Amino acid sequence: MRVTFTVNGRRQEADDVWEGESLLYVLRERMGLPGSKNACEQGECGSCTVRLDGVPVCSCLVAAGQAEGREVVTVEGLAGEDGRLSTVQQAFVDAGAVQCGFCTPGLLVAADELLERNPEPTDGDIREALSGNLCRCTGYEKILDAVRLAAARTGEAV
Amino acid sequence: MDFLRPATWQEALAAKAEHPSAVPIAGGTDVMVEINFDHRRPEYLMDLNRVAELQEWEVGEDTVTLGASVPYSRIMESLRAELPGLALAAHTVASPQIRNRGGVGGNLGTASPAGDAHPALLAGGGEVEAVSVRGTRMIPIDDFYLGVKRNALAPDELIRAVRLKKATGPQQFSKVGTRNAMVIAVCAFGIALHPDTRTVRTGIGSAAPTPIRATTAEEFLTAALEEGGFWDNGKAVPPAVARQFADLVAGAANPIDDVRGTASYRRHALAVMARRTLGWTWEQYRGKQQDERNQPCA
Ligand SMILES: Cc1cc2nc3c(=O)[nH]c(=O)nc-3n(C[C@H](O)[C@H](O)[C@H](O)COP(=O)(O)OP(=O)(O)OC[C@H]3O[C@@H](n4cnc5c(N)ncnc54)[C@H](O)[C@@H]3O)c2cc1C
Ligand code: FES
Ligand code: FES
Repeated sequence: MRVTFTVNGRRQEADDVWEGESLLYVLRERMGLPGSKNACEQGECGSCTVRLDGVPVCSCLVAAGQAEGREVVTVEGLAGEDGRLSTVQQAFVDAGAVQCGFCTPGLLVAADELLERNPEPTDGDIREALSGNLCRCTGYEKILDAVRLAAARTGEAV
Repeated sequence: MDFLRPATWQEALAAKAEHPSAVPIAGGTDVMVEINFDHRRPEYLMDLNRVAELQEWEVGEDTVTLGASVPYSRIMESLRAELPGLALAAHTVASPQIRNRGGVGGNLGTASPAGDAHPALLAGGGEVEAVSVRGTRMIPIDDFYLGVKRNALAPDELIRAVRLKKATGPQQFSKVGTRNAMVIAVCAFGIALHPDTRTVRTGIGSAAPTPIRATTAEEFLTAALEEGGFWDNGKAVPPAVARQFADLVAGAANPIDDVRGTASYRRHALAVMARRTLGWTWEQYRGKQQDERNQPCA
């Protein structure tokens, strides 16, 4: 079947999509957007997190056909047109929150949505918002640092 | 495989009547796992996301009609006062990403004994609105769970909503697992005080082939509260009564040993959760009673 939806502001189309295919597979294998990672395919790790009509979801658990006509934002959509990193992305770099990097795209999408919804999150808010994203390298402390840093920078900018 | 995309509820019912083997997909948080791992290859996959009314809820005088696809995150945010037990249970489901997609309709569709909505639904008391082109059936929640992952839906039926009694008293939900997020219950317990009918209802998860109520425990506690005049005098529940209630809850369960825990651990944990949640809800009820008593006379 053919599936059409908006990805990072651009309308995209994929043909010959198998009816049981996930949104994650379509993004990675058919639309050339490998930023969202595939680690577990069962909703456990969050490395495939994207926003569907603004809401963070595991793209491995959305059937491609369910995205028809809707708005998807992936990690590729966070940086500016000129390639400038977003506040959250820059904070991850500066805080040393990236080791192997496999979990990073999902965490960035989740953290970005958190700060949009709640610009001054408590540590509890951050932990809760990122509780669906697993990282096997960092031990999470630097990730928490990065989100705090991004929140502080967002606050300064306002 | 065919992908069906009904745009309205009527279309969904018609499609389900024409293709009873069609597998509905709402949040996909159960269905997609099965498809990704090749455990399921349905002939038809039927997307329910386009049916707007499934995402809606309505708060009436005494009841809440909760659309089958209202995601857990909405229940947590918007129905905490009306459905406190279910809102607490919703908050323990998986992670934000899963709670943004999954809902009670899918939990009922899967009917896993470990589903977190079930103990809250059993304790709160409610009915499942099962609809087909033949008409609508209101299935009492007590009659909905038939076996491990088997429910009372007919092949041509879909769940439109769950109709739940608005809380008239405190409710609690408690779940044992290895961590806070992303955890399948080792066992779970829900309790709801119903001061309007002076009854107590319960729900047990992950400790029998289906979610169940601990009816003997409920009857014992209801009688003990009545006899002691506790609903009126607002006294603390005597420890002996709490203990007996906890033992009866543990006795109602029919758990198994598995990777998540042993049967005897599950029984023990259920007794602890029953005693604690009874304590929490009863204290809350007493507090409210006392507040009311301390109101100056007009
Ligand atoms: C990582 C992960 C963690 C999880 N953790 C938990 C947890 O902690 N607690 C818990 O309870 N669950 C958990 N689940 C399971 C799942 O999220 C829940 O069961 C959820 O409620 C399913 O809802 P859904 O809308 O995603 O269902 P779907 O996957 O869309 O559907 C589930 C079943 O219900 C049927 N169905 C859906 N809607 C209807 C309808 N309107 N009428 C008739 N049938 C219907 C489908 O055909 C399917 O059989 C977890 C899942 C994942 C992937
Ligand atoms: S790949 Fe989707 S949650 Fe792990
Ligand atoms: S940096 Fe390696 S998994 Fe997180």
